[in-house]
Amino acid sequence: MTSSTRAERTATEYAGPSTRSDGGVDWLLIVAVLALIATVVRAVAFTPIEVAQGAAQKIFYIHAPSAFIGLYVAFGLVAVSGALYLWLRDERLDRIAASSAEVGVVYTTVVLVTGPIWGKPIWGTWWTWDARLTLTLFLWFVYVGYLILRGAIEDPGVRARYSSVLGVLGALLVPFIHLSVYLFRTLHPMPIVLKPSEPSLPPEMLTTFFMALASFALLYFALVRARYRLAGVLESLEDDAVPEAPSVGPLRAEPVR
Amino acid sequence: MTRPATEPSLPSETPVVRGDSPPRPPAVEVEGLSRRFGRRVAIRSLTFALHDGDCLSVFGPNGAGKTTLLRVLAGLLRPTSGSARIAGVDLPGGAAARAVVGLISHQSMLYSALTALENVEFAAKLYGVSAPRQAAFRALERMRITDRADSPVRSLSRGMQQRVSIARAMVHDPRVVLLDEPYTGLDEVGAAALTDALHALKRQGAALILVTHHLGEGLALATHTAIMREGQFIEYAERGSVELDAYRDAYRRAVGQ
Amino acid sequence: MSTTGVPGMLAAAALIARKDLAIEFRTRSAFLAALVFSLLAIVIFYFAWDATAVSAADLAPGVLWVIFTFSGLLGLHRSFGVEEADRAIDGLLASPVDREAVFLGKAIANLLFVLGVQAIAIPAVALFYNLPLTRVLAPLVVIAVLAAIGLVAVGTLFSAMAANTRLAELLLPVLALPFFVPIVLPAAQATARLLSGRPVTEALSWLRILIAFDIVFIVACALAYPFTLED
Repeated sequence: MTSSTRAERTATEYAGPSTRSDGGVDWLLIVAVLALIATVVRAVAFTPIEVAQGAAQKIFYIHAPSAFIGLYVAFGLVAVSGALYLWLRDERLDRIAASSAEVGVVYTTVVLVTGPIWGKPIWGTWWTWDARLTLTLFLWFVYVGYLILRGAIEDPGVRARYSSVLGVLGALLVPFIHLSVYLFRTLHPMPIVLKPSEPSLPPEMLTTFFMALASFALLYFALVRARYRLAGVLESLEDDAVPEAPSVGPLRAEPVR
Repeated sequence: MTRPATEPSLPSETPVVRGDSPPRPPAVEVEGLSRRFGRRVAIRSLTFALHDGDCLSVFGPNGAGKTTLLRVLAGLLRPTSGSARIAGVDLPGGAAARAVVGLISHQSMLYSALTALENVEFAAKLYGVSAPRQAAFRALERMRITDRADSPVRSLSRGMQQRVSIARAMVHDPRVVLLDEPYTGLDEVGAAALTDALHALKRQGAALILVTHHLGEGLALATHTAIMREGQFIEYAERGSVELDAYRDAYRRAVGQ
Repeated sequence: MSTTGVPGMLAAAALIARKDLAIEFRTRSAFLAALVFSLLAIVIFYFAWDATAVSAADLAPGVLWVIFTFSGLLGLHRSFGVEEADRAIDGLLASPVDREAVFLGKAIANLLFVLGVQAIAIPAVALFYNLPLTRVLAPLVVIAVLAAIGLVAVGTLFSAMAANTRLAELLLPVLALPFFVPIVLPAAQATARLLSGRPVTEALSWLRILIAFDIVFIVACALAYPFTLED
């Protein structure tokens, strides 16, 4: 491969991955992890124990932020990036969507795991079909389907288009799940459970909650960015393997003697 | 082959007027056509034009972009840049362009459960041919396969399927016929039927683009020849000036580079 | 050669639907498979439940709509499979008909397929589970048609995508089932209301969700279909 073709490639319309902190340390990720540790310490040691639910309530500080970010932020980004990709066809948008989906599935898994752990001592059952858990479960399935779909397609263009379509349709699904669960619950009164109090948290708990939300959000962005860069590096490695064809002969068709 | 002293034939020239007919837009007009898949460039800034009655035979090694070129002209792929026009109609999105194109590709594009006649009749209806059943029968006649008209395609040999596929491509009397290695699998009868059909189409004023590995067959029909390599035409000639042996040597040289 | 003109969107869709049904009718294998599967499942579900604990009438709606989804998947899968075999889809796409017509035509064929299976499965459930079918037949048909439309809108799109991948048979259910829930839940709930003799109006709120789903997803999937084509 000649040096001119490498230069040619960097000048193409598809920009390479951001190389800002290549080889260096991912400061954002470190800060996010530290923030998370600080939050956990604060939640365990420095936040009062809730009267009705006991120590188990502290899982709320993991459960709620994960739910908010995993369901709305992460999936929202998947859907919006997907829609933009279908319009602009910039492969970076697809990479963002894929990264957000991978981090999002982790966050929703955390919600689905912490939910029962929290629920068992308080509600007496491992699982309850309450609105948020049900929606989370469905979005988890959509995420998993999204990732399996991506895994089953090799052609990057096809993969990007199909994922984008699935992302947008998944976003359309959300209100229908909401509606179905709401209607189901109003017509089928469920056993009354102790609804964990969210809006009316006393100040110390509220602070911890916001700390948790901020650190999970920071972690989310750090992970997505790291995943995005990794995807970019992997793609450019694949492209190195495809030989650039040297320019050969005339570009216009001229009749030859 | 030496470079010409004659002027190149560029698409910007006025179309050749044949006989008393008023000037029609060129059957195929390609200008700066490029097509890439991700970062792989399959067609690199191609420019040429074909008029009624022309037959362009395209030779070249595998992976040269010949099939991609046909798929773009058939309306199956969008150009990444540049333009392609069929009978004056721009290709991306041009249903009117697709209506006058017939495609014969590597795969038969037939429904194996339906009969030969049903397959060709279905195609005739898709293209809005009046009296589709009779037109289908006539198309099968031209390819000398009417005796198997009512056999399900899956019961036909590869060569017979190829003949049905060719009949399907021509049932609507296309103005441009794109043929991707059409002689593959054909026996003597089939090959003779195909050659006759192509000559007839040429006489009627259709333009043909024939991709083939078979120099003899390609040159027999050609008014123009091209050798394609890595997305470009590296040799382009008018047939009258080319002899089979000389061409074979030139081809080997061009491809062996 | 004279032409009558390239068929418009609806005419092309009808043409493609007829072609799909002709192919299915010729082989009948998918339809029979879906039918036999439904009947077997109906029987197995009956024996899997303790008839003393749960009455057949309570069980029936669930059984009916679960079978509906899975037999529907069987039919959906073959929809684009037939186009992939010899790249017949290229023949459709190279022709002058609209891309949306391809989707519509296939969706219509799928709809008739699913309704065909339902036409036998619903009476079968009524038979084996001793349901008072005649009383509720009309509203049940309405529910069945609405549910089938939703299933087919989403399923046709996903089968177009899945057909292009390595894991086609596995991928279609994985992608489609979450989307089938807002169809199955309202359908089952509405059916249960009807079968327990409640007035039709109670089922209406469920039907509204179903109708809304149908409208939203027919439009969304038809618009999304061209994006699933190589371009």
